[in-house]
Amino acid sequence: MKVTLLPMWRTLASIDRRIIYLLLTIVVVLPLIIHPKIKVRVSEPVRAAFKSIEKLPQNSVVMISIDFDPSSAPEVQPMLIAILRHCFKKNLKVILTGQLALGLPLGEIALNQVSGEYNKVYGKDYINIGYRPGSTALMVGIGREIRDFFKTDYQGVPLDSFEFMRRVHNYHDIALLVTLAHGAVADAWIQYAGARFNQKIIVGCTGVNAPNMYQYLSAQQIAGLIGGLQGASEYETLVEKPGAATLGMPAQSTAHALLIILLIIGNIGFILTKKKK
Amino acid sequence: MLTGLHLNHKSMLHRTGPLILVFGTALLLIIAFFIPHKPFGDLEARFLNWYAIISGFTFLLGLDSLARHHLIKIARREKGWFYSLLLVTSLFGTLFLGLYSWVRYASPFALNAPFMWLYKFMIIPLQATMFATLAFFIFSAAYRAFRVRNLAATLLLIAACLVMLGNVPIGSSIWGGISWLIHQIFPNTNLEILKRWELFAAAKDWLMAIPQAAAGRGIGIGLALGGIAMSLRIILGIERTYLSS
Repeated sequence: MKVTLLPMWRTLASIDRRIIYLLLTIVVVLPLIIHPKIKVRVSEPVRAAFKSIEKLPQNSVVMISIDFDPSSAPEVQPMLIAILRHCFKKNLKVILTGQLALGLPLGEIALNQVSGEYNKVYGKDYINIGYRPGSTALMVGIGREIRDFFKTDYQGVPLDSFEFMRRVHNYHDIALLVTLAHGAVADAWIQYAGARFNQKIIVGCTGVNAPNMYQYLSAQQIAGLIGGLQGASEYETLVEKPGAATLGMPAQSTAHALLIILLIIGNIGFILTKKKK
Repeated sequence: MLTGLHLNHKSMLHRTGPLILVFGTALLLIIAFFIPHKPFGDLEARFLNWYAIISGFTFLLGLDSLARHHLIKIARREKGWFYSLLLVTSLFGTLFLGLYSWVRYASPFALNAPFMWLYKFMIIPLQATMFATLAFFIFSAAYRAFRVRNLAATLLLIAACLVMLGNVPIGSSIWGGISWLIHQIFPNTNLEILKRWELFAAAKDWLMAIPQAAAGRGIGIGLALGGIAMSLRIILGIERTYLSS
């Protein structure tokens, strides 16, 4: 009996990758079609990020940096939308900028979508100062004077034309910096704006990058962390407006469950075939 | 004699000059970091502006290098020249649409501009697809790599499963089922309290905040020390690879 089962376990220990791809496609597509309802548990890092914005008094200035591009948009864009909703709901002033030129249009798309929902006006409630090259130099330079790098907004209108921008000169005037990143840009903001100028920062990043941020979180170098699609769905839960991230969570859940099942089957097969050898 | 002078002059221009420039600039920036007052503070601001301008020009350098490489490939009809043609067409097509949108709509980011159409319906789906495809490879690789070969690999496998379960809502549902099972076996246990424990999520939070962060710190400190050492080598002129070519 054992001898006849062995080839089966051997097969299960090395399932063809095409079958794995097919199974993954099925478990990802099905929940996206069926839309099962799920309850999202809010983790402490995301709650801390939410509280950081929640605590800000009205008219405080929040700078959001778009440090991701379309490759990470499915994970990070829902965070941007949820954070913008939170900021506009709290009547905070938003400055949008970014360290990746290719990501800036995503910020513009989100601003246009969310500002309409809350009747916010460009120039009065939010502005988009766009992208300037310079990266770390820019991060340090804003600590002195933002106008050294951004004299105008992305349409070429001088910053001082906007009433709320007249009181914004450097990090002292920015209550919170939100970096939505898919790479090492978040580290740079923490090291240059956070460490040198004591700028309060919250980070939103892809699931792959989130583990790198925990060291900053536990050292209280960042005030909150939103990691991956799960983090985005948690933030959506907190702002009570489920969006793309919450819709995507069932698919992510089933994909994780499938991988765990495959790992169990594969390892049983591996142990049994190894013993036989 | 003249040749010797000429050589000395060339060496000064190509070797010693940049070394002095790097040393002086670095020294000034270090001083400005600790004494951010006049005149160092102003000098630092000026240097930062220069840095921003130079990094802007690096884009042009990259554009030139990329375009030149692929144009040569097309001209020589080298293997895969068709892909180069696609790249060059896309590159200059995007550039043209961006400039056109800027002139016509005052900004390339105007939602009804052709550049944004290209961005929304080509760049976003293409890049998102590339990233999504990666998930399939990671999935297949994880299935093959996570084997209980030894104790370390087993611990890694358990940690990965706990993080995966703790990171998605299905983990809560599974824990709910386990709680119910425990309650059936030991009826004296309080089902609600058991459910609230959320063992998978708690394990994931602990794994991320303690062992993972500790390892991350170690790597981070190592990277920073490496960065400092390399910077010092450049400042002191020991590392001169940037002067070659």
